Amino acid sequence: MAEATLRTLPLDKARVLHWLQRYGVYAGVAALLVVNTVITPYFLTVENFRTQAVQVAPVIIVALGMALVIGTEGVDLSVGAVMALAASVTALYLGYGLLPALLAVALFAAGVGLAGGALVAFVGVQPIVATLALMVGGRGLALVLLPQLKDLRNPALASLGSGDLLGFPYLILIAAALALLLGFVMRRTTFGRQLLAIGDSRPAAQLAGLPVRRVLITVYVVSALLAAVAGVLATARLQASDPTSLGNLMELSAITAVVVGGTPLTGGRVNIAGTVAGAVLIQLLTATLIKHDLPPSWTQIAQAIVIVAAVYAARGRGKR
Amino acid sequence: MAPPAEVLAVRGLSKTFPGVRALDDVDLTLHAGEVHALIGENGAGKSTLIKLLTGVYRPDAGEVVFQGRTVSFGTPLEAQKAGISTIYQEVNLIPLLSVARNLFLGREPRNRFGVLDMARMNREAEETLGTYGVRVDVRRPLRTLGVGAQQMVALARAVATDARIVIMDEPTSSLEPREVETLFAVIRRLRDAGIAVVYVSHRLDELYAVCSTVTVLRDGRRVHHGRLADLDRLSLVSTMLGRELGEVRAEGLTKFTGDHGAADAEPVLAATELTVPHKLHGVSLTVRPGEVVGLGGLLGSGRTETAKAVAGALPLRSGTVTVAGVPLRTGSTPAALRAGVSLLPEDRKSEGIVPGLSVRENIALAVLPRLSRFGLVSESRVDSIVDTFIERLRIKASSPHQKVGELSGGNQQKVLLARWLAMNPKVLLLDEPTRGIDVGAKAEVQKLVDELAADGLGVLLISSDLEELIEGSDRVVVLKDGSVVGELAGDDVTEEKLMRTIAGDGPARDTVKEAVVDG
Repeated sequence: MAEATLRTLPLDKARVLHWLQRYGVYAGVAALLVVNTVITPYFLTVENFRTQAVQVAPVIIVALGMALVIGTEGVDLSVGAVMALAASVTALYLGYGLLPALLAVALFAAGVGLAGGALVAFVGVQPIVATLALMVGGRGLALVLLPQLKDLRNPALASLGSGDLLGFPYLILIAAALALLLGFVMRRTTFGRQLLAIGDSRPAAQLAGLPVRRVLITVYVVSALLAAVAGVLATARLQASDPTSLGNLMELSAITAVVVGGTPLTGGRVNIAGTVAGAVLIQLLTATLIKHDLPPSWTQIAQAIVIVAAVYAARGRGKR
Repeated sequence: MAPPAEVLAVRGLSKTFPGVRALDDVDLTLHAGEVHALIGENGAGKSTLIKLLTGVYRPDAGEVVFQGRTVSFGTPLEAQKAGISTIYQEVNLIPLLSVARNLFLGREPRNRFGVLDMARMNREAEETLGTYGVRVDVRRPLRTLGVGAQQMVALARAVATDARIVIMDEPTSSLEPREVETLFAVIRRLRDAGIAVVYVSHRLDELYAVCSTVTVLRDGRRVHHGRLADLDRLSLVSTMLGRELGEVRAEGLTKFTGDHGAADAEPVLAATELTVPHKLHGVSLTVRPGEVVGLGGLLGSGRTETAKAVAGALPLRSGTVTVAGVPLRTGSTPAALRAGVSLLPEDRKSEGIVPGLSVRENIALAVLPRLSRFGLVSESRVDSIVDTFIERLRIKASSPHQKVGELSGGNQQKVLLARWLAMNPKVLLLDEPTRGIDVGAKAEVQKLVDELAADGLGVLLISSDLEELIEGSDRVVVLKDGSVVGELAGDDVTEEKLMRTIAGDGPARDTVKEAVVDG
């Protein structure tokens, strides 16, 4: 024990930053769990964990796609709008059954992703501008398709939103499965490695003959599809389609989760586990402050501090 | 006629950057009405000198005397206000403002209410530009003009600000021949008006057409200065490249390998009439299996562009490339790679390595699809390829998982070579394969090129290192201003012959030169 303390004593700034960059987000989650166990009544209950997990699942799903886009040195602002579009399209086609509705949602989302990807890959529009256009246009289309909130009564959809398997809500299982799938894709597939190379050095990737455009377009399509999944799940949980407010500011929550999770905005690195932990960290932080009756403005300030800390740690890594 | 006044006297100017002595004790004198050629290869110190004169950098030692006063400019703006204007390769004006606004930027005419007098500005702009042969609607945004016209606006602006010295850094790199003529006419007018011009260019024809005096820099030192007419082209080239003609003749050549290629074999690479606007004008060349073909020429002669065009990394206006007799879809890097053409790019750091990825991922980058099934990477096959090349090329890394950005230049280059060799290419295009790497790695890379050629690979070698080019190549194709001006083979592959060809000393070249002077 004494030895271990001795060895960790000479901690210089760079090493602290490096550690923070790598494990800070997990440490943050752990710290919040411990603090809440002590100060928050009924924190350690299954019901509470279930609530937290169900709330964070859509953010995680969207953030996974965002992480891929950010890995290519891009950003996808259209994810919130795609969620709203997914809600509208679900309401529109639910009459034909759940499966046809989901298929229609996938088609619409893929269309948005293709448009964004094509603008970035072929036209050379900056990702932030291209997806900003789609963010505005996508939300507009969602409202044209379904101008106001609509209650949905479909047993299949309802069970997707609130049902569970072996005690785990479908929402959580789907988010977990997607996280594992994307972790596998990033680790083991040519696509994952080409994505990282493109994000790190586009000219080098181009000269190495990588299918730069195909990868970029795929990334934006995947991001849109994941946002659509989150949109459908959120709609299912609400049992109502709400294209006006569903997914509002979701793009910012997703970017926050990705950045806090240690994926640099400069591209070339994607941290899937960190992204999941980043979303969980923000969720727990918000929940803690709300449970202790602090005003929402405090939540925002706390989020801001976490973001700045994450960016600071990332900067330290870059300079090393 | 009184001798022209001395406008600028630079004495003992030095500048050191971490690890590099960029400029070492350089003198430069400019007189009114002098057009002074400043030349040197990459890294010779031209840009540093210009930046010291215009206040971008501060000198470590030495003084700059401008119009009789010792000056020290803190910013380019100060230098410009004092009367030293610079026209860079890239036009540094504001593309969205109108032509007239650009011309008068910072000194706009105002009426008595202190408001911009647009009418007067447009009228005067039209008059001024007319004298430069630019007749355009001056109310249009600058970016709607051609590059040449934009350059003229920049020039007009530089002169209009009461410049005593105008520095032109490769002003013709993006101009059409007709525009070059206009530029020369303007330069002659500046000269007659008593303005000193510093002219930086790699195009010898241009230098001899407009310049009266010359300063040659090499490795940060001034190696020659004097009247340009006293220095013939061959001496100019040899001074610039640092090769004494007599020395070359006396020592002879150290040819370390025999010819590799079978002279009558079918070419593995044939490029025909490659044309890229402003860069290549119908370049043709062939490489046979087992042959190392050198690509000679000065900076900006189109060597890198030729290699990139062959590798599909530069869109062609016209021209064809065939690999082992099969026509290649041009302008597509993946197509070129599939056909067996690999390019080791000149700019290793920004176009070669992927710095954040490991040695292993960098080596496997291009070949990855071949090591995968249904998009799933076979880690064991990657490992076996990576291990093979790390051993064969003696890549020194702490482990295959070390980031490439942390390796030395030589080892980074070997990683890139491994990436291309893993593709099992038929043709390897090497653009400055040994630039910026240590001596040991350099020798290893050269030896490897030899071995690869012996194995039957076709190699196109670009090198600014004359010795490397001469000794490494079986044949040298010489480029100048984007055209092939000669080809050396067999016993003709010598430094002297190469420099003669670069200088264009043949009779045909001289007529061209005369024509330019007269025009």
